[in-house]
Amino acid sequence: MVRFENVWLKYRREGEASLDSSPDVIADMSFEIPEGGFRWLTGPSGAGKTSVLKLMYLAEHPSQGRIELLGANAARVSRREAAMLRRRIGVVYQDFRLLGHLSAFDNVALPMRLARKGEEQVRADVAELMRWVGLSHRLDSRPAELSGGEQQRLAIARAVVGRPKLLLADEPTGNLDEEQAERLMLLITGLNALGTTVVVATHNLRLVGRYPAPRLQIEGGRLIHNG
Amino acid sequence: MAERLTPMLIGAMSFLAALAIAGALAAAALAGQWEQNTGAALTVQVPQPADRSHGGASRVQAVLTALENAPDVAGVKALSGAEVDALLMPWLGEDAEKLALPIPAVITAVWTGDGPPDALRGALDALAPGTLVETGAGWAARVAALTGSLQASAVTVLFIVALVAAAVIAVATHAGLAQRRETIEIIHGLGALDSDIAVSFAIRATSLAALGAAIGTVCALPVLFWLAALAAPFAGVVAQPGPALPFELWVALPAVPAGAALIGWVTTQVSVRGWLRRLV
Repeated sequence: MVRFENVWLKYRREGEASLDSSPDVIADMSFEIPEGGFRWLTGPSGAGKTSVLKLMYLAEHPSQGRIELLGANAARVSRREAAMLRRRIGVVYQDFRLLGHLSAFDNVALPMRLARKGEEQVRADVAELMRWVGLSHRLDSRPAELSGGEQQRLAIARAVVGRPKLLLADEPTGNLDEEQAERLMLLITGLNALGTTVVVATHNLRLVGRYPAPRLQIEGGRLIHNG
Repeated sequence: MAERLTPMLIGAMSFLAALAIAGALAAAALAGQWEQNTGAALTVQVPQPADRSHGGASRVQAVLTALENAPDVAGVKALSGAEVDALLMPWLGEDAEKLALPIPAVITAVWTGDGPPDALRGALDALAPGTLVETGAGWAARVAALTGSLQASAVTVLFIVALVAAAVIAVATHAGLAQRRETIEIIHGLGALDSDIAVSFAIRATSLAALGAAIGTVCALPVLFWLAALAAPFAGVVAQPGPALPFELWVALPAVPAGAALIGWVTTQVSVRGWLRRLV
């Protein structure tokens, strides 16, 4: 379950001692996503979609307000607990954020290895997932050797390999053609059907129309529609 | 770049550390040797009348006999006139006898008692008034103070070397962190613990520090052999056919790479964990 209660986010301007004069990136945002729920996070570019996702995967702390993630108060967790919480959250970044010095296989295996999974299980799960995203012939390739669409699919495979309880995707279909986008959405909705809470940020309203689900619409850092 | 320089800089620091350790051990050995030899030395001066034929010999003999019978005195030896003249030659020249000075007879011995020989002093003075009894304790105390200072200096050098080594490793670690910032942020975002990231950096820094220190210590060996050969006569070491170092030094030298490795591990852990705290 994800709950935002009167959440504000400001970034301190360089040279300023306090946040008071900084602009609001997120302003007084409150919503709740039940366990196993699916939400579209929509809004124009610069509306604050990525910032909302960053708060959800603990890359930012709110300036004010309370965030509850998978049963934990995000502001109160220790660094170790935060790391454990991140392991239960899969993230598909807009810029993929793949590790260039690792092979495709090792990129996907990384979350499982960080979670100290056995190497046999790692090999089996990664191979299955790479087959599913259509990259089983690219196991040894470096990310730089893959096309934009292949990198996107690799990033998705890495996000879901640990069977996360919460899956966050930032414009996941941005670099995919129609067919690949369709396969990706099938994967995401399939994971959602298995109980994973999903939040997908997009400004692609056609995609939102094809997969009807409640929508968190934000503009200028404010939630203007929830439902 | 900073990472590549680390083994060289740690090697240079270890070279200095090896010399400092050798210096400290040599000072301790010399102090022991001097304390043992000089501290126990007993010098007895028996004043003699200007005309040595008037009872001088009997006074000396009486003191000699008393010394030989004393319970805590060993190795009693009266210096010959020639030996005494040789001792005085730097001050009085070769014709000391012509100066007609009342030069005392000198007896050397070894004091084996625990405290100062005050009772012996009184007994000898009673036998031959004006007899002076001196021990080497004063000299030994000065030598001990000197070697103590040398050892303190060596420890200070080791401390400074350790600080510089830690600073070198900290700078290299921060350079490495800055270079790999994006990778670390990704791994951190995937749920890596601070300890996972710190350990991966610490393993590399520790191995580089240990390698550099081992090379630096090996490079110091020829210098140590040379210094050991120079110091051997002062330390009472029996000359050996080949190059030799004191056993204590062979035991202490491996501590240099081990210490460098420890400094590498601790410094990297502290640096990386501190840096990671800047990430949310």
